[in-house]
Parts: sequence; structure tokens; C-alpha cells
Amino acid sequence: MWEQIGSNQRKSVILVVAMALLLVVIGYVLGLYFFGNGMGGLIIALVVWAILNLVGYFQGDSILLGMAKAKKISRDDHPRLYNVVEEMKIASGLEKMPDIYIIDDQALNAFATGRDINKAAVAVTSGLLEKLNRDELQGVIGHELAHIKNRDVLLMTMCSILLGTIVILSWYASRVMFFNAMVGGRRTSSSQGGGGAAQLIILAVALLLMILAPIAAQLIYFAVSRKREYLADASSALYTRYPDGLASALEKLGASTCQLKSANKATAPMYIVNPFRKKGMAASDLSSTHPPISERIRILRAMGGASPSEYDRAYQQIHQKGGRGIIPGSAISAAGAISLRAASPAAGKKEPGEMQRKRETSDALWKVNKYRTIDCECGTRLRLPPGFRGNRVRCPHCGRTISV
Amino acid sequence: MLAAYIIGGIVVILAVIFVALYNALVKLRNQVKNAWAQIDVQLKRRHDLIPNLMETVKGYMKHERETLEAVTKARNLAQQVASSGAGVRSRAESELGAALGKLIAVAESYPDLKANQNFLALQEELTSTENKISFSRQYYNDSVLRYNNQTMVFPSSLVAGMAGFKADDFFEITVAAEKETPKVSFT
Repeated sequence: MWEQIGSNQRKSVILVVAMALLLVVIGYVLGLYFFGNGMGGLIIALVVWAILNLVGYFQGDSILLGMAKAKKISRDDHPRLYNVVEEMKIASGLEKMPDIYIIDDQALNAFATGRDINKAAVAVTSGLLEKLNRDELQGVIGHELAHIKNRDVLLMTMCSILLGTIVILSWYASRVMFFNAMVGGRRTSSSQGGGGAAQLIILAVALLLMILAPIAAQLIYFAVSRKREYLADASSALYTRYPDGLASALEKLGASTCQLKSANKATAPMYIVNPFRKKGMAASDLSSTHPPISERIRILRAMGGASPSEYDRAYQQIHQKGGRGIIPGSAISAAGAISLRAASPAAGKKEPGEMQRKRETSDALWKVNKYRTIDCECGTRLRLPPGFRGNRVRCPHCGRTISV
Repeated sequence: MLAAYIIGGIVVILAVIFVALYNALVKLRNQVKNAWAQIDVQLKRRHDLIPNLMETVKGYMKHERETLEAVTKARNLAQQVASSGAGVRSRAESELGAALGKLIAVAESYPDLKANQNFLALQEELTSTENKISFSRQYYNDSVLRYNNQTMVFPSSLVAGMAGFKADDFFEITVAAEKETPKVSFT
């Protein structure tokens, strides 16, 4: 029931092929316009696409993590996060433990990268670690690992590279056309008779394509992205057997008004909720790369079991249009009824409270930034920056001199 | 001549189908084996955590000799039967889980212990190990379900019968988190 979810990607693949066709058409038409030869344009389009692909393939993860200002952590830096990721790794049946990164940001968000299932990474913001309890964190991490397990990262990388190529081509082509028109429309005025009419048609088609293609590509991109989000939610529920955890995490994520500083348009679909929102506004329902948060929550809350078919039933119930679900058929037939588990008993008293989680998270951030920690006898905790050279330091609280 | 070709073709097609079904079964069986190994790793990890936990707790919980001894005893028993069958093992592990659950519940009434950094770290490890045991069991049982289904549905049930793929057992174990933890009230 696990691989089927991932392998049934026919619809997504069709959408990717549609985008590729769009790229071929725009390359051909632009070639026709600029060189009077479709093949030339096609070759340029493919070269741009190939270059972006190479960059994406070899540098994609590090660029993404670098742009998000994510810092890699080890087990000792944040044991709770590490453990939760390992738990979800076991539940999802992933073979290799993904790398874990923390983003120092008060916004609540998380994302996963890694085209290769064995070289994946998850990143979470420090705000998320502070605000979510264990069950909620488990739901979010389950969602991210589902993206890895379902090969969504590969799919979305392919999509975004195609989208990028289309956008770049239309942008440059439209500038050049505009420039030509300003200079005096050399091309159209020099041609005569029937040739001029054909030229005009090509011009019209090229103009139309340059306006419409990026929009169409973007819409396809969003469609693919939304589909994968639903699937990852369903998988997370299956892994944790506790959809309420993810639901209440999404409630917190949706209610948060902090904006993620390091996100940009290109990386937006990678996050668990869309990082963009109007200033001071909640994240709910503004997104287009993601389904509305409120809807995702309602589906998760309506689930009476943990299987993908139960998610599908809940989805249909929310949409009330019967028939078409969101989860691929094979995933549904393969899994029988799976019952839910209760909230983990640790969720109550034994779990670290928000204060403790804050301390834990800031400890992790200090460690990741290579600060040294010294405990003074008076109970004060001193943090020494990595550049600190001296061998003695004075405690600002009690005035003792401590040797480093 | 034509008949020979047709028969030959059918034989080849059947052989290909057989190999494909056989390989699918092998893959699923390996997945079951891996999942079982994962449970093993986590159970062993729990056994390894206990001496450390005892060492930390001992100083604080002087009046809880019985609780502590129960945990040590259950752990030793579970270690002894670590190589026996699933039935014996799951019973021993359930005992251990229950004893640990009781210990953690009792620890709630020792504020000094609860403030001990070492104990907090151990508690996190213990909670997580319990979770990992139950998640690995969940994955194991899902794998077994899929493997068993595959040995029973029609075309591949023939292959399974011929090549001797037998249905596997599910693993039932009650970990501390699922066992009802003793209620301790401080009123």
C-alpha cells in the first residue's frame, strides 16, 4: 500500500508532459519568429532547459537549503526533533535517515528536499519546534517524509525547471520583440505580400504564447503541487495513525502571522504551508500552490480511520460532489481499514511545555552556530561566540572569574 | 510449425509472468524481514537504555525498590528470550513495557528527579523508543499484510504454492504507552 501511492503518478506525469509540450511549442514558435526556423528556437529552448536541469540536479538541494538559511543539526543538538524524524522514518519504511536542518525563524513552516530517496533532507523552522507538541510535530514530519517517499520532490523539481525555462524564454523574447518594435519593426516592414501576412500571424501567435504560456505553466505547476499536498497529508495520517495531530499542527500553522523571511516564489511550493501571506494576515486560504489550510484541516478531522481510502472518503464528504476523489485508485484498493490510535499519553503532563521547548530549541541553535556553553556556579549559563579567544571569562551575574 | 511457435510463445509468456510474480513475492518477503530486523533493533535499544535509567533513578527513588526490581527483572527476562519465537518474546516485552510504564508514572511524584537533566534526556529516549517500537511493529504488520495478501490472491498464489512462500505471522506486543498506566493521584 506504500509504494502504490508513490508509483501511481500517472496524472501528475501527464501534467508534466503537458508542460514539456508547452515548452516545445513556445521554443518552436519563437524560433519561427526570430530565425524563420522553428528548429533553431527549439534547440535554444532545450539548451536553456538542460542548463537549468544540470544546475538543479547537482546543486538543487544545497541551493534550496542555502536560500532558506537552514543549518544542519545532529542528534545531540535537538534529540526530540531527531527522534521524531527517526520515528517517522521507521513508520514510512524509508531506508535511510534523512538529514535534518533547522531554520532560525519564528514563522511556522517546514519543507523536504532530495530527488534521491536516499539523499533526502527535511528542514523545520525554530518557531515550529517551539509551538508544536510531539503529536503535531510527528504529523508535520510525517507529511514531509511522505513527500520524499512519494517522490514528490523529484516531480516538483522537474516541474519547476520546466516552468523556469518557459518563464525565462518568454521574458527575454518579449523584451527583444518590444525592442525591435521600438527600433522600427525592421522585420515586418522588410517583408512583402504573403510573407508579411504569415509573419504577422507568427507574430500574433508568438505574442499570445509569451503572455499565456507562463500563466498556463504556472497553473499546471499549482495543480501538480496541490495534488501532492493532499497525498502527503493522507500519507502522514497513514504513518502516524493520528490525523488529528497534523490537523492541529495545521491549525497552529494557519493561525500564525509570522512571515518566513527566507522564502521566495521559487521555493514556496516546497513548504508544508504556503510561506507567503499578506502582511499580518493568517496563512489560511490565500495560497494557490497549496490547498486551503482550512480545507486540509476539515478533511483530516473528518477521518474515521487512518487509511488513504478513509482520507478519500473525507475529501469527498467535504466537497460533496461525489465520485471523484483525490487519492489514486490503487492506493485505495490496496489498503484495508486501518484504525486510528489515541493521542499519545505523553501529550499531557509528561511532555515538555512551551517554555521548555523554547529553551531546547534555542539551545540547539546556539550549538549549531558553534557557541560554547559554560555553566557558572551561580547557575548562570554563559554562551561564548565561536570567535572567542581568551581563556578566562567573568560571570556578569555573580562576578566570578571562570577559566574556559 | 506454426503450432510449435504458438506453444513456444505461450511458454515464454508464462515463464515471464512466473518470474515477475516470483520476484514480487521475494521483494515483499525481504521487506517483511527488514521490518522484523527493525523491531529487533528497537527492542534491543530499549534493553540497553534500562541500566542507564536505573543508575539515574536509583539515588532518588529509594522507597521504590519493588518497582525498580520489577523493571530489572522484566528486562533480564526479555533479554533471555530475545532469540525465541514471536509469541514468547511479545509476552516478555509486554511485561517490560508495563514495568517501565509504572516506573515512569511513579517518577512523576519525585520533583527532584523530574528536574534532573539526565533523567529528562533518558525519558525522551525512552518515550521515543516506545514510539519506534510501535511504529516498526506497525510497518512490520503492514508488510506482513501485503505479503500474505500476495501469497493468497489468484495468480501469485500458484507461484507461492509452488515455490513455498508461506504466510507470515503478525507481531502483537503491548508497549508501555498502550498498556493502561497505573493512575497515581496526589490529592
